[in-house]
Amino acid sequence: MYKVIDKQKPATTVTLLKLQAPEIARKVRPGQFVIIRLNEPGERIPLTVNNFDREEGTITIVFQEVGKTTTMLGRLNPGDGIADLVGPLGRHTEIEKFGKVICIGGGVGTAVIYPITRALYQAGNEVIGIVGARAKDLLTFTREMEAVSHRLIITTDDGSMGRHGLVTDPLREILESGDTIDRVIAIGPAVMMKFVCRTTEPYKIKTIVSLNPIMLDATGMCGVCRVMVGGETKFGCVDGPEFDGHKVDFDLLINRLRQYLAEEKISLAAIEG
Amino acid sequence: MADEGKEKKQIRPHRVPMAEQPAEERIKNFREVPLGYTEDQAAEEAARCLQCKKPACSTGCPVEIDIPAFISLVAEKQFAAAARKIKETNSLPAVCGRVCPQEIQCESKCVVGKKGEPVSIGRLERFVADWEREKGKVEPPPKPKPNHKKVAVIGSGPAGLTVASDLVKRGYGVTLFEALHKTGGVLVYGIPEFRLPKAIVQAEVDFVESLGVEIKTNSLIGTLYTVPELMEMGYEAVFIGIGAGGPMFMNIPGEALNGVYSANEFLTRSNLMKAYLFPAYDTPIKKSKKVAVVGAGNVAMDSVRTAIRLGAEEVYLVYRRSEQEMPARVEEIERAKEEGAIFKLLTNPVRIIGDDKGWVTSMECIRMELGEPDDSGRRRPVPVKGSEFILDVDSIIMALGTNANPLLPRSTPGLTLNKWGYIIADEESCRTSIKGVYAGGDIVTGSATVILAMGAGRKAAKAIDAYLDGGR
Repeated sequence: MYKVIDKQKPATTVTLLKLQAPEIARKVRPGQFVIIRLNEPGERIPLTVNNFDREEGTITIVFQEVGKTTTMLGRLNPGDGIADLVGPLGRHTEIEKFGKVICIGGGVGTAVIYPITRALYQAGNEVIGIVGARAKDLLTFTREMEAVSHRLIITTDDGSMGRHGLVTDPLREILESGDTIDRVIAIGPAVMMKFVCRTTEPYKIKTIVSLNPIMLDATGMCGVCRVMVGGETKFGCVDGPEFDGHKVDFDLLINRLRQYLAEEKISLAAIEG
Repeated sequence: MADEGKEKKQIRPHRVPMAEQPAEERIKNFREVPLGYTEDQAAEEAARCLQCKKPACSTGCPVEIDIPAFISLVAEKQFAAAARKIKETNSLPAVCGRVCPQEIQCESKCVVGKKGEPVSIGRLERFVADWEREKGKVEPPPKPKPNHKKVAVIGSGPAGLTVASDLVKRGYGVTLFEALHKTGGVLVYGIPEFRLPKAIVQAEVDFVESLGVEIKTNSLIGTLYTVPELMEMGYEAVFIGIGAGGPMFMNIPGEALNGVYSANEFLTRSNLMKAYLFPAYDTPIKKSKKVAVVGAGNVAMDSVRTAIRLGAEEVYLVYRRSEQEMPARVEEIERAKEEGAIFKLLTNPVRIIGDDKGWVTSMECIRMELGEPDDSGRRRPVPVKGSEFILDVDSIIMALGTNANPLLPRSTPGLTLNKWGYIIADEESCRTSIKGVYAGGDIVTGSATVILAMGAGRKAAKAIDAYLDGGR
């Protein structure tokens, strides 16, 4: 059992859980993920780590309640336990002093771009943060992002906070202004990452994305997480989750993410009764 | 009956048959197919053994079970003693009795087999292990005096379980690290319930744990700890038994379409995650109507038979060679046929075709013919020009074998691999290029059998014991 020791609600349908996991906390680095299985009949789902405290021996995960497992996870309270927790998984983010970087977080992806942004900031980069969501009440980690960005831009699709529009709007303006950008890192829904990559491609700016394909064992064994990168089959779990976004076949990823939509609805309906 | 000696020497050519679920019944459930012997049937079958002075059968066993000794105890109905006899050298008899290819090992050497059917050693092994478990007679042997030396075993499949139990019996402190949430490796994620019930695997794992092995699940070595870190933590020797791991694909167009699975994925969903019980279990699996399984090994047969049980109307087995070259056990091939698999032999997929939503609709195949023998000694299949045809399917399962998983090797500096990424280890001692690090099973040999992995585990345990000076 892995114990929940703290719970927060950073946004209406977004939950943060702090978990006791000293072995993982010792090792995990920004960009890596864990697998969670709630209980015996539970499925294995991957969640990228939001934060960690090596001294305290804890990791935090942040997720949006969209399916059965995330909904049930959101119902846990401090003192409750999770049957299985595996990690750290995947390759960690490459952190270096690149120069000027833009870190983009979309929706709950902001929780995951945050530790990466912090590491890049601490490594001496000049950081521009862009965070976006559909609406104000879905925005998360803006204050934390502000603390580790030299400049932070907030966008909402409905204009309820920050700029009215998508994260790609301010990104495009920065690129058009002729500012030299050394690297872009974007984490969020697949479709957002796809359009970020389209925006940066003409400027040939290295753009890193963190992919979220369906996973099962997440140790390189099953291949369900296969993605096409530069015409080659790669496994999201062991070769990723981060890839050069200009080489990723996003349409394929988006399509593969739809594989079990019908089954996910059945599972969710069963607990919503 | 007056002269028992004479009675024993008379060869009875036929085996005592074992009851099984009829095909039309078993395709509707995931329960085990063969039902096992009764006590009387087991004793009767055991009485067929000639008790050879120089038993050839034991030489065919990779873990050197004293076969005549345990069979003689079965004939006398001393089943508990028979179980203890087997467990002197094999901690997983209920598993081996079910999945070992006895027909090419112990039973192939049986003298009775020269004139008739060999003694059913596998069925007797299974019977004894089941009897002991069902009667609640499983008793761990007395604990040896601890020698205060620690060994780390990575991977809880057949190789790892064998190394762990052999070393713990010799007094070592053994920690068994498993990446998944359940122990057993391929025995839990790969081999289906109807061939190897998971409760039986769990009971054998429990036995190994009762010997004193510390089991740590959810521990992926290579990231959570590396091999050098384990050595720093005080493990004086490390055994790597992580299995072959990675799934192979054909690299043909359309393999990323929805509805194309590796056999590893398909079987892991069904076996480890129990997706056949969805939605009672959360992991889903597609209920397909027409399924093609590509390949012809035991994993392909398991995939075919799983797809049939999940309710597919037509299940094809697509193989580029002929039935003679199939690597699967004859027994598995026969069962797949009985259950209605449609064999498309001398047939090779060329590309996979999908609809506008990205789902598989069919597979284009080409007919093959057998040419000259290749490196494997089997006749090389060559495509017949212009023989392409379309097979309508909504799911495709690639059961083509496996690649070495790169995770652990890439975090272990100095570990020498061959060109396919498998670990190079000495055949006799399982020693690798790093002092104190041993490896065995599929990560050394590529995909092989449960018992060969166990045989490697046995050798590695001996070598580790010698390396650590008998624990002194």
